[in-house]
Amino acid sequence: MEPILEVKNITKRFGGLTAVDNLDMQIYPGEVVGILGDNGAGKSTLIKVISGVYQADAGQIFFEGRRIKISNPMEALKIGIETIYQDLALAENMNVYSNVFLGREKLKKFLNFIDILDHDYMLKESKKVLNRLDINIPSLKNKISTLSGGERQAVAISRSIYWNAKLLIMDEPTAALGVAEQKKVLNLVNTLSSQGVSIIIISHQMHDVFSVATRLLIMRRGKKVAERITKKTNADEVVGLIVGSLPGDYIEAIEEKR
Amino acid sequence: MINYNKTREIGINILRRWILIFLVGEIVFFSIVGTNYFSLKNLQNILVASTTVLLLATGETFVIITGGIDLSIGFMVGFSSVVSAKVMVDLWTAGFSQPVAIMIGILAALLLGLIPGFINGFLVAKLRVPPFIATFGMYGIAYGFAEIICNNVPIHGLPTSLGSLGHGYLFYWLPGKLFSFLSWPENLSREELKHLVSIVPNVTIITFIFIGIFAFILAKTKFGQHTYAIGGNINAAERAGVNVKAHLIKVYMISSFFASLAGVMYVLRFITGRAPAGSARLLDAVVAVVIGGASLSGGKGTIMGTVIGALIIGVLEIGLVNLSIPTYNLHIAVGCILIFAVLVDQFSPELIHKEEEIG
Ligand SMILES: Nc1ncnc2c1ncn2[C@@H]1O[C@H](COP(=O)(O)OP(=O)(O)O)[C@@H](O)[C@H]1O
Ligand SMILES: [Mg+2]
Repeated sequence: MEPILEVKNITKRFGGLTAVDNLDMQIYPGEVVGILGDNGAGKSTLIKVISGVYQADAGQIFFEGRRIKISNPMEALKIGIETIYQDLALAENMNVYSNVFLGREKLKKFLNFIDILDHDYMLKESKKVLNRLDINIPSLKNKISTLSGGERQAVAISRSIYWNAKLLIMDEPTAALGVAEQKKVLNLVNTLSSQGVSIIIISHQMHDVFSVATRLLIMRRGKKVAERITKKTNADEVVGLIVGSLPGDYIEAIEEKR
Repeated sequence: MINYNKTREIGINILRRWILIFLVGEIVFFSIVGTNYFSLKNLQNILVASTTVLLLATGETFVIITGGIDLSIGFMVGFSSVVSAKVMVDLWTAGFSQPVAIMIGILAALLLGLIPGFINGFLVAKLRVPPFIATFGMYGIAYGFAEIICNNVPIHGLPTSLGSLGHGYLFYWLPGKLFSFLSWPENLSREELKHLVSIVPNVTIITFIFIGIFAFILAKTKFGQHTYAIGGNINAAERAGVNVKAHLIKVYMISSFFASLAGVMYVLRFITGRAPAGSARLLDAVVAVVIGGASLSGGKGTIMGTVIGALIIGVLEIGLVNLSIPTYNLHIAVGCILIFAVLVDQFSPELIHKEEEIG
């Protein structure tokens, strides 16, 4: 099978600091990949390169087999890469369906010549996508500010899914949630992947990643130090790889470059 | 339990509409204690007297919803009044007909009035100058230019037909005798003049046409939706593909357009242009917006609320005049209402505005 996303030799520097160092990665259709690493390992920087927030200093990105250049977040959205950041980026003063459609509002004609918002359509469509993901929110006319953390996360996810994300990137999706809500979000991740959406999930709560990801990618100081099939590894090994007490798989390559 | 829920529901509904209830209460109060307060003539007077605050507050609503503030509008009224008056006088003395001089004077003020708004928006959106600073700078600049244009003296000698426009009404009605649309009935006896009823001042019609258009834009269109989104979470709006910078520039231009319109209305009403015209109304306008339910931190507010807020001030002002109470008391009263409005907003449960169609 051909990977939906492949990055090769990606490097991103901030001044003298190399945040992502010559990194390779493949993501396959419908796959959930977890990226693990300590704070500052370069996880967020890596996904920001993929979602168009940063430009890589070196390396190539292929999407569905074609070499692409992602120069801004809109371009990533256009090809089907949706990213949910830690802060979710929802307008809390607006209701659920307005957030799902924010920036891509559905319009209808008023008096045949004025474009106005089509609230009924946006409400109906938002309901559909939330149902598809088994999300229950009492009323989609409720403002985001009245929702719980998990519900907000669900809205952010629905929003990406409605716009046909092929690859969904989630940065610390459970960080701000209670235990029950974390579970719901992780279930949501499973539902999505069973519907064919590829997902990259970043978290330093290892437990989360273990429960949904089929493959793990471990980063340390900007480098990929190991890749593991989730079933064929365990928490001890992964912790060792994260903190560096285990050498990792690419150590020779790293040494050579030095 | 049922009783408790019902009481609670009633309480929420009252809180939700408290400004409307407050406005009606004010009118009822002054109608009872004042003399001839509740009459067509007086109610129309209130609307005309509220013109400047209504217009300024409508434009300001857009800016405040984005989380900004526009202080320049205080002196934009004077600037616009001076520009339009000056153009009218010059064209008329140069031999142009009155209607042409008046039309060009109005257009010149409205077009020129967009420039300070553009600059404000540019400073705020592109150069990240805090709105308070950018527009306060423009406040001084507008005043200075206005004084230069009018040479420090009010502009007089405007086309004489301005009066029939600015003081005219939509209908004139002499019960049982005549009904005239837009034009002042000629050849009436003194006795007939006494009984002539004038309905809907022109100034008020123009004011509400523009308020209506922009209320529609804010409530029903994508532009309005993005205005709320920017005020709610500017990063979210940006990442969702909203062109935030261009949008903010437009919003500040709307605000200065309304201030310029207020300046033009000033010329129509007072047949003069003055640099400080309307400057005392800046704070009233901001207060009207806040009473109307907007929050200075952005994301909230409606034109309907703002209009009610402006009328609360207008009704009170004319009411105090009616009771011959010195108008400095107005400031005390308006101050109290403002603080009350903010407190209601602060302590009202989220429930009050839980479900909303817009925003
Ligand atoms: N915009 C930036 N400018 C400068 N340094 C940055 C920037 N973003 C991240 N870094 C640095 O790059 C490194 C990797 O950061 P990040 O990708 O956020 O790590 P992680 O998400 O794994 O915690 C850190 O040392 C961080 O301080
Ligand atoms: Mg991070």
